Amino acid sequence: MTATTATAAPRGRPVRARSSRDDRQMLAFMGVIMLYLVIALALPLYAILSKSFQNKDGEFVGLANFLEYFNTPALTHSIQNSLTIAVITTLISVSIAFTLAYGLSRSCMRFKGTFKVIAMVPILVPSLLPGIALVYLFGRQGMIRELLFGHDIYGPIGIVISEVFFTLPHALIIIMTALSIADARLYEAAESLNASKLRTFFTVTIPGARYGLISAAFVVFTLTITDFGAPKVIGGGYNVLATDIYKQVIGQQNFEMGAVVSLILLLPAGIAFMVDRIMQRKQVALLSARAVAYEPKPSPLFDWIMFAWAAVVSVFILTILLTCQYAALIKFFPYNLSLSLKNYQFDLMDGGGWASFYNSLELAGWTAVVGTAVVFLGAYMVEKGKGFHAGRALFQFLAMLPMAVPGLVLGLAYIFFFNAPDNPFNFIYHTMAILVISTITHFYTVAHLTAVTALKQMDPEFEAVGASLKSPFYRTFSRVTVPVCLPAILDISIYLFVNAMTTVSAVVFLYGPQTSLASVAVLNMDDAGDIAPAAAMGMMIFYTNAGMRIVHGLLSRGVLRKTQSWRNR
Amino acid sequence: MSQSEPYLRITGLTKKFGEFTALSDVSLEVLEGEFICFLGPSGCGKTTLLRAIAGLDIQTYGSVEQAGKDISELPPAERDFGIVFQSYALFPNLSIERNVGFGLENLGQSSEQVKKRVAELLALVGMPEQGRKYPAQLSGGQQQRVALARAIAISPGLLLLDEPLSALDAKVRVKLRHEIKQLQHKLGITTIMVTHDQEEALTMADRIVVINNGLIEQVGTPEQIYREPATRFVAEFIGAMNFLPASAGDGGEIRIGKTPVRVQGVDLPEGASALLAAIRPEDIRVGEGVENCVDARVESVEFLGPFVRAELSSEMDAGPLYADFSANLVREQSLARGSELRITLPADSIRLYPA
Ligand SMILES: Nc1ncnc2c1ncn2[C@@H]1O[C@H](COP(=O)(O)OP(=O)(O)OP(=O)(O)O)[C@@H](O)[C@H]1O
Ligand SMILES: [Mg+2]
Repeated sequence: MTATTATAAPRGRPVRARSSRDDRQMLAFMGVIMLYLVIALALPLYAILSKSFQNKDGEFVGLANFLEYFNTPALTHSIQNSLTIAVITTLISVSIAFTLAYGLSRSCMRFKGTFKVIAMVPILVPSLLPGIALVYLFGRQGMIRELLFGHDIYGPIGIVISEVFFTLPHALIIIMTALSIADARLYEAAESLNASKLRTFFTVTIPGARYGLISAAFVVFTLTITDFGAPKVIGGGYNVLATDIYKQVIGQQNFEMGAVVSLILLLPAGIAFMVDRIMQRKQVALLSARAVAYEPKPSPLFDWIMFAWAAVVSVFILTILLTCQYAALIKFFPYNLSLSLKNYQFDLMDGGGWASFYNSLELAGWTAVVGTAVVFLGAYMVEKGKGFHAGRALFQFLAMLPMAVPGLVLGLAYIFFFNAPDNPFNFIYHTMAILVISTITHFYTVAHLTAVTALKQMDPEFEAVGASLKSPFYRTFSRVTVPVCLPAILDISIYLFVNAMTTVSAVVFLYGPQTSLASVAVLNMDDAGDIAPAAAMGMMIFYTNAGMRIVHGLLSRGVLRKTQSWRNR
Repeated sequence: MSQSEPYLRITGLTKKFGEFTALSDVSLEVLEGEFICFLGPSGCGKTTLLRAIAGLDIQTYGSVEQAGKDISELPPAERDFGIVFQSYALFPNLSIERNVGFGLENLGQSSEQVKKRVAELLALVGMPEQGRKYPAQLSGGQQQRVALARAIAISPGLLLLDEPLSALDAKVRVKLRHEIKQLQHKLGITTIMVTHDQEEALTMADRIVVINNGLIEQVGTPEQIYREPATRFVAEFIGAMNFLPASAGDGGEIRIGKTPVRVQGVDLPEGASALLAAIRPEDIRVGEGVENCVDARVESVEFLGPFVRAELSSEMDAGPLYADFSANLVREQSLARGSELRITLPADSIRLYPA
C-alpha cells in the first residue's frame, strides 16, 4: 500500500501550462481574423477620426471643423431633426411590435404563421423601398393622398412611416424572444390569485418583457438615426444627419465635414449600442433561470381583437410591398395604367442597368460565403481557444464594434483609409473586394453573436474528448463542430446574403464604375426621377431575397431532417 | 501489493480559481492497474482534480507524473488518457461506429482495421450490432457504454471517468457498476472514477480517495474507509454512524456520560479532552457481552427490509443511539417500542474523534 502524505510541501513556482500545437494553430487563426478586423474596421475608424481634425490639405487644425459645424445652423438643425425622427419612430414601432408580439405569443389567433412571415418582409427589401411606395400612395399624384388631409408626405411624416416599416421586424424579433421566455408559472400564479387579465398584463407581462422592450427601443432608435435610405427618398427638404453626410461627401466633396457629421452620428448610435448590450446581458440572466414555456388558452374576444390588429399591421406591410410591385408594372403612372415590363429594362436607364443587379448577386454570394467562413472561424477560435486572454477580449470588442458604427460612417472611413495613396491596400478601391469587405464588416456583429450562441450551446467537452483521442482541432472542428452548428451557419449566411442585397449606406461611397449595385441603382434611379424603374429594381432585390429565404428554409429543414436522428432528443 | 513504482504520482497539487482555492496541496499515488474512486460531497474538488490530471484545467501549483514522466505542463493532447464525461459528450452527428472509431482514424490504421477494432470494442461493452445507430437513439445506459468504448479505443494508459453513472436510473446503475469493474479488470487499465455516491465507490474501487473542501481526508481500501474512518468527516460521510459525546478517562478508557467504556485499537486523539465516540448502528449487539454493556430501551423502530433500525435511549444518557438489528432477531426477541434490553458496544468497533 502506498501511503499518502498530506505534508505541507513547498509549492514552488506556479505551473505554466505548455501550449499544444492545436493551441498555437488556433491562436494563429484568431490572430489572422483579428488582423482582418483591425484593417477592415479599427484602422479605417481611426482614419475618419483623424480626418475630422484636418483641413483639406491634411494639416492638423484641431477643433476647427467642429467649430465650423456648430456655427452652421443649417447643419446643426439636422441633429434635432434626426433625434425627432428617431424618437417618434421608436415610440410607434415598438408599440406596434409589442402589441403584435403580444398577440402572436399570448393569444390563440389564427394564421399566426402567415402573420409572422408577412412581418418579416421589410427585412428583405432596401430601406429605400417604402419611400418609393409612399410616393405612389401619398405623393403629389398619389392614389390615396386625400388621407393625409393636405399634409406633405415628403418630410417627417414620410420618413417616420418608412422607418416604422423598416424597423418593425427587428423590434418584433427582439420582443417575441423576450415574451417567449417569460415564465408560465408567473401567469399561473396570477391566474390562481384571480388577477384580471389587465392586472396580469401590467404586473407580469410588462416587467417580464422590460429588457426586451428597452433593447428593442434602442435597436429601433439606432437603425432609424443611422438609416439613410428613407430620408433620402422621402425626406424632401427635411435634413437629417445621415443625409448630411451623404450630401457633404457626394454633393460637396467636403470630406472633412463628412467626417465631423459622422462622428456626431456615432455618438447616439454608440450610446444606444452600449445600453442595448447591458439590457441583453440582463435578459440572458433571465433566460437561464429555468422558465416554463407559456401555453395560451383560447379566449374568443381577445383572440379576435388580436387577430384584427395583426391583420391591420399585415395590410400595412403588404400595401407598401404591393404598391411597389404595382409601380414597377404599370407603364406611366398616373396617365397610362396598363401593365408592362418596360420598367425592368434597366439597361435603358442610368444606374448601372442589369449589371448592377448581377453585381449585387455577386456581392451577396461572396459576402455569404466568405463572411460566414470568417465569422464562424473567428467565433470558434475565440470561444474554444486557450490562453491569450487580453487578445481574446480585444477580439470580442472588435467583433461587437460594427454594430455601433453606422454604414455611412464605415463607408466614409473606407474612403479615407483605403483611398489614401500610401495605403498598400489601395488597389482594392472601387473593386468588388472592397464591397465584400465592407459588407462583411458592417454586418459582423449579429453574425458573430449567432455563431457564439451556437458554439456555447454545444457540449463544452467535445474539444476535450477530441484532444484525448489525439484528434487535431481542425478534425474535431470539421467532423463535429461544423455539422452540429450547421443550422446556425445557414442562418449566418442567409443573414449576410440578404443584407448584402439590401444595404446602401456602406457601399454607396465605395462602388466603382464597374461595380454598381442593385440597391445603389434604386437610389440613383430614384434620384434621377426614374421612380418606376427604381421600384422595379427594388422588387428584383425582394424576389431574390425571398427566393433565398425559401431555399434557406428548405435547406435548413433538409439538414434537420437528415440529422433528425440525432436532434430529436 | 507489489512494491513497484506508482503509475501516477500527484505531488503538492493546488488549484486556484482566482482567489478561491478549489484544491489545496493534494498528494496521491496510484499504482498501475488500480481502480481509484474520488469520493466527496458536491463542490469538494473531485472534478477539478480529475481535470488537472487530464490537463484540461492545469493546476496552479504542484506536479503530476504519469508512468515516470512529468506531465505537469503538458496539454491534454500530449497526455495519455481516455475520458468519459458525465454528459458522455458523444458526437451527436456521428454514428456509434464513427464515435468509437473517432480516435482510431487518427492512428493511420486502414479502414478495415478500424472497423474490426470498433466491432471488438462494441462487443466488449456489450453492444454488438448497434454501430449504425446515432447517440440520440440510444438509452442513457447504452450511451454510457459507447462513451466508454470510445475512451478505451486507443488503449490509453489511464482511464478517467467523471460521474459516469450519475445520469442513469438506479437499476441500470447497479448493472453498469459491475460491467465497468469487470471491463477494467479485464483490460487492467489504471482507472480513476469520480463519484459522490459512496455505495458506488465502496463496491467498485480498489482504493477510495475521500475529498472534502479541496483536501484529501483519507485514502484507503473500501474496507479501511468503512471500518477505520480516519476523520470525523469520513465517519460521517460514509455509512451511518452514531456520534456520542465522550471524555478521556484513565488507562485507555473513555467515559460516555458517566459510563466508563473501554476502547481497543484506537489511540486517544492527542490533547483533546472532549471527544466524540463513534460506533456504527450495525456494530451494536443485543445481549450481555464481556464489556461495555449498558441498559437500553427501545424508543422507536423503523422497518428497513432486511433489518430494523431502532432508536434507543441508554443509561449512558448521551442522546439517542441508533442500532440495526436483523429482522429475525427482532421477531425472536419481540422487540418493540418500550422494550427494555441489554446492549453491548464492542470495544474494537468504537472510533474516537476530537469533538
Ligand atoms: N472554472 C471555475 N471557476 C471558478 N470556480 C470553479 C471552476 N470550476 C470549479 N470551481 C469551483 O471549485 C469547486 C470544486 O469544483 P468541482 O467541479 O471540482 O466540484 P466536484 O467535487 O466535482 O462537485 P460535483 O460533485 O458537484 O461535480 C467548486 O466550489 C466550484 O464552484
Ligand atoms: Mg464534478
